[in-house]
Amino acid sequence: MCVTCGCSDDSNAKIANLETGESVTIHANGNSHHSHTHTLPDGTVITHSHSHGDNHEASQVHAKIHGTTISLEKDILAKNNLIAAQNRGWFKGRNILALNLMSSPGAGKTTLLTRTIHDLKNNLTISVIEGDQETINDAKKIQETGCKVVQINTGTGCHLDAAMIDRGLQQLNPPLDSVVMIENVGNLVCPALFDLGENLKVVILSVTEGEDKPIKYPHIFRASEIMILTKIDLLPYVQFDVQKCIEYAQQVNPHIQIFQVSALTGTGLENWYEWLTKKVANMSSI
Amino acid sequence: MHELGITQNIIAIVSEHAQGSKVQRVLLEIGKLSAIMPDAIQFCFDICSQGTVLEGAKLEIIETPGLGKCRECGANIPLEQPFGKCQCGSVKIDLIAGEELKIKEIEIEEICV
Repeated sequence: MCVTCGCSDDSNAKIANLETGESVTIHANGNSHHSHTHTLPDGTVITHSHSHGDNHEASQVHAKIHGTTISLEKDILAKNNLIAAQNRGWFKGRNILALNLMSSPGAGKTTLLTRTIHDLKNNLTISVIEGDQETINDAKKIQETGCKVVQINTGTGCHLDAAMIDRGLQQLNPPLDSVVMIENVGNLVCPALFDLGENLKVVILSVTEGEDKPIKYPHIFRASEIMILTKIDLLPYVQFDVQKCIEYAQQVNPHIQIFQVSALTGTGLENWYEWLTKKVANMSSI
Repeated sequence: MHELGITQNIIAIVSEHAQGSKVQRVLLEIGKLSAIMPDAIQFCFDICSQGTVLEGAKLEIIETPGLGKCRECGANIPLEQPFGKCQCGSVKIDLIAGEELKIKEIEIEEICV
């Protein structure tokens, strides 16, 4: 993206015209742009910036800069991953199963969660960390089920990170041998990148969203061990090819386990409950 | 827009290592399968670096191509997305390159005495 005007350069944004079959870059490199790219023979792309009027001389241009180079080789997410590892240890020490529930906004995470808590309250102790940009609406809904809940508002943030979960857990103080459900911010992109220290990730997709979501947002489906297809009571009213959706999900993640449920009518929930109960039982036996 | 948070991380890590010296250049490695858009990082970098030792620093980004290895036949497969299909028909592919997200090196101003 050009740092001057915010337009995109040739590294990413493209418009594909389905009528002509053409794919065009939104804004090709202009003469006055700051940054541009080189592609090496192995496919590696190097982007770097220049001030206006710089006489560009391939990649040697920076060799003339006077300075001391420090090799860092530092993982940018190292801090998050370290806190996530601490969270994981915290859960393990208390024999807590922690699930990170992720979906786009409106897929039905909260409805599935409230129903699950209600139906399993005699068998499992579940507490919840709710993530949303704003409001405590979801936390209130969860609270009505009688379970412990903490709401994390991320403000402009589009995902939960490990440090938020660390602070959330101190507030939540979940009991030993229980389940912590982390309801991530509604977003099919960013939450996939941030390890929270959970035992596993669960992606929730509703039949109102289109069956090709797994190949459109592959990162989140690849990172998840479970996919829960929700709102299946709406299948007679929407165009959604369940088989195709499952094929897409397995194409992205051959190991993904899939449940088809309706949190409204209760259809299919027993399979999800059985899986969850077994998972908790296996935790305790380790 | 996770790139904003990631850029803030980059600024924090580099500032810590620069120990007060002015930073002239930052070299990042971003894998093409990492779900991070280099141009968004570039865009955020100038904004986030204002008022820090990174202000005015050049940002260079190496984008590493995606590479997978087939679990069935062992073939290496170039990947544009974090999944794919091997020539042998298998979709069981382990990602072996393209998920990198690193600060490789920084260049700081030399103090001459």
